[in-house]
Amino acid sequence: MTDDQVVVGLEVHCQLDTKSKLFCGCSTDYRADGPNTHVCPICLGLPGAMPVLNKRAIEFAMKVAKALNCSVLHESEFSRKNYFYPDLDKAYQITQYDKPLAEGGYLEIESDEGGERKIRLTRIHVEEDPGRLVHMGNAERGRYSLVDYNRAGIPLIEIVSEPDMRSPKEARKFLNKLRATLEYLGVFDSDKEGSLRVDANISIKGSERVEVKNISSYKGVEKALTFEVTRQKNLIRRGQRVERETRHFIEGSGITQSSRSKEQEHDYRYFPEPDLRPLQVQSWVDGIVLPELPDARRQRFIDQYGCSLNHARTLTGELKLANFFEKVVAADPKGLSTLAATWIADTLIGELNYRDMGIDTVNPALMTELVTLLKQDRITDKSGVEVLRVILDQIKNKESPETPSAIIVRLSLAKTTGDDTALKAAIKEVLAEQAKAIEDYRAGKNGALNFLVGQVMKKTRGKADPAELNKLLVSMLDTMEA
Amino acid sequence: MAGEIRFEPADRFNAFLTICKTAPHGDGKLAGIPVAVKDNISTAGIETTCASKILKGYIPPYDAHAVTLLKNAGAAIAGKTNMDEFGMGTTTENSAFGPTLNPCDPSRVPGGSSGGSAAAVASGMVRMALGTDTGGSIRCPAAFCGIVGLKPTYGRVSRYGLIAYANSLEQIGPMAKTVSDVSLLMQVIAGYDRHDSTSRDKPFTHTPSADIKGKKVGIPAEYFGEGVDPAVAASVHTAVSKLEELGATTVPCSIPSMKYALAAYYVTCTCEASSNLARFDGVRYGPAPDTKKSWHDAYQEVRREGFGTEVRRRIMLGTFALSSGYYGKYYAKAQIARENVRNDFARLFKEVDVIAGPTMPTVAFKLGEKSDPLSMYLADILTVPANLAGIPAISVPCGIAGGMPVGLQIMGRPFEDETVIDVAYAYEQAVI
Repeated sequence: MTDDQVVVGLEVHCQLDTKSKLFCGCSTDYRADGPNTHVCPICLGLPGAMPVLNKRAIEFAMKVAKALNCSVLHESEFSRKNYFYPDLDKAYQITQYDKPLAEGGYLEIESDEGGERKIRLTRIHVEEDPGRLVHMGNAERGRYSLVDYNRAGIPLIEIVSEPDMRSPKEARKFLNKLRATLEYLGVFDSDKEGSLRVDANISIKGSERVEVKNISSYKGVEKALTFEVTRQKNLIRRGQRVERETRHFIEGSGITQSSRSKEQEHDYRYFPEPDLRPLQVQSWVDGIVLPELPDARRQRFIDQYGCSLNHARTLTGELKLANFFEKVVAADPKGLSTLAATWIADTLIGELNYRDMGIDTVNPALMTELVTLLKQDRITDKSGVEVLRVILDQIKNKESPETPSAIIVRLSLAKTTGDDTALKAAIKEVLAEQAKAIEDYRAGKNGALNFLVGQVMKKTRGKADPAELNKLLVSMLDTMEA
Repeated sequence: MAGEIRFEPADRFNAFLTICKTAPHGDGKLAGIPVAVKDNISTAGIETTCASKILKGYIPPYDAHAVTLLKNAGAAIAGKTNMDEFGMGTTTENSAFGPTLNPCDPSRVPGGSSGGSAAAVASGMVRMALGTDTGGSIRCPAAFCGIVGLKPTYGRVSRYGLIAYANSLEQIGPMAKTVSDVSLLMQVIAGYDRHDSTSRDKPFTHTPSADIKGKKVGIPAEYFGEGVDPAVAASVHTAVSKLEELGATTVPCSIPSMKYALAAYYVTCTCEASSNLARFDGVRYGPAPDTKKSWHDAYQEVRREGFGTEVRRRIMLGTFALSSGYYGKYYAKAQIARENVRNDFARLFKEVDVIAGPTMPTVAFKLGEKSDPLSMYLADILTVPANLAGIPAISVPCGIAGGMPVGLQIMGRPFEDETVIDVAYAYEQAVI
């Protein structure tokens, strides 16, 4: 749904995947541990503690800046964003304000009309994550809330885009592309819970802009924005005004809700952080060596493996998927690439999503074997899907998966070759049962042949090669007496 | 030999908030010497309150870097000294735990905000103490109590563990009866600390030298102008003559930016303070908020009751000055004024080695005498320029006016703390 009336801009917060926090030595690997176990005087904001900048975090952020074609400023600066909230240990967040690390730049996405479109970026800056509140009951009426400062001080980058997106779908594509780029750079792990948070600005041309906060999933962005487009357009249609406001996205119900006005009226009283020196790192830019990024890898998949543009786009859209593909075809790139691309992009991803599984649960060797068997025409496509499902179900159930060959033997899925007695018998049976369909076929009715093929397939449990079956069926029909 | 000292002084001047009756010590330069530490410097396991109710009961889990260095040098941490709450004051009357009295005259204030440290040294309870100086808080009480106090160059001593009042202005510094002891303490606490990004790798290894022949001493007209007690000015002039006798030459000079120094100082320090003190909300330490209220109301209550009047005043001033629409008018402008002060000093230090004048415009006030905040702020006029410029400044006793000690202030080039110590030492040795 691209429509030139919709204007979307995003502010994306991503946790940088450093080993230690932005301003202290505490480990960032806190998710499996109890609350307040990865803390020290600095990230607890204890009186007298001072921040010391994590060089690695700046290097990571600069990699992102370079990959996104931004210019790193000669001098950038940290500032304090002052506000009271129990998850904010110092009652200010150390962030960047009027002198961010980098400005400008762009990210190319596939536009809704097809083709690439540049989404311009405003800036990239570095800041610390606050802690986390756990409400006992409801935030408003709960009896008390607990604070966990494990997350406090985790390095974040905020990437701010220009309002260049024209639909919720484009916003999602932007995020997916951004995620892929960050993962290729090795600075971000999207599997970590809460590693990405998005605020979206959305307006209908000629009306006020609404900021939607609290979106923490890739799908959520599209959902929240789709809801907003509908809501805002309905208001306009009814002759009402769209209020300029901040709204919160409620992930569970997929709607946005107006925030309390108190929260909108923040005056953050920014001023330069006196405990840190200005940052002069522009000279590092030339020394940063970027790895192969999604666009380059996509082109390589087309050139090297003969992938179609769509398959190449899908396969390189996620680092793990791209790596998986290359592992699957490594043994025989020429022979397997096309088939593997189809099977991974068109079948495997869907089956994984259906089971809510990640690509990294699957051993590429299993896929290589399966694709090889398909290539050798040893099983039908239908059997191939069945084999894949068996494997994935076994992995999902934490069993060690059988090899495709073993499954084929166990379920007798091997394609009948040479000897077509069984197939002929099956066709005969069907022809004896389906007089009506035969009549229809003779009367030239569309679909009758397909119906009969289906019936035979059913009897052979999919093992029959469709092409062979078709040929045989037609010849048997034609030689049958009317 | 490492061991333990007993420290049980009769604290007649309310100099201490915490007294460590038994204090362990190690070996080293300060082996077994009891050192008092101002109560805004974090000491592991020893209550650290900044003389505020809001930090009552707060026991830091870590030592400030300067305290670690003291311990490494063998010093015994004798106790924590009284101060103006969070360092906000010039008299030590703004303590939530009662004022400290001036050992030279208990009806007078010891100066502030490091009044407890100054009184502890002046009364002989300890040989040396750590103070902190944001706008004169070491030099003022040193002058009022007749001892020596140094505000080091900004960045020379780590601020890690110093509970921030105004980060861009303040330094931890040594206080003692003699310049030699100030110098000795400086040897221990100065140097780079990776925990403080504003600290510099400039260790202090100097031993004071009384040879100041050929040194050029600038005498700024503004330090002897309106508001400076003539008796104080006279004492300082006499001291300056002494420096000339010792072979220094004096050069009259001017610091035009002084006109805006006090305003620049108070805008900067209140802005920074409003942010620094925001964390005192009762959630992590200090008196717990009333949980029946929403967090927002609970914060207000904790902060209204926990902070004293002067602290609340400065938080509000700073909050206002940083507010949207006012930043450019106040904070940004203050930084320009500050740059002008720095430039004035840089210009002067091309011609002179040090600048000398009174530390304070008057001798110690009577307790309760300065009830109007503005007249209190005005008393800082001669000390704040050194903080704005980040330069080293020492106060050394230079005689008596009206029965009370007067302080001679000597300011020097950035990271030439050695020079101001030498000039102070030369003067001290000449008048002993």
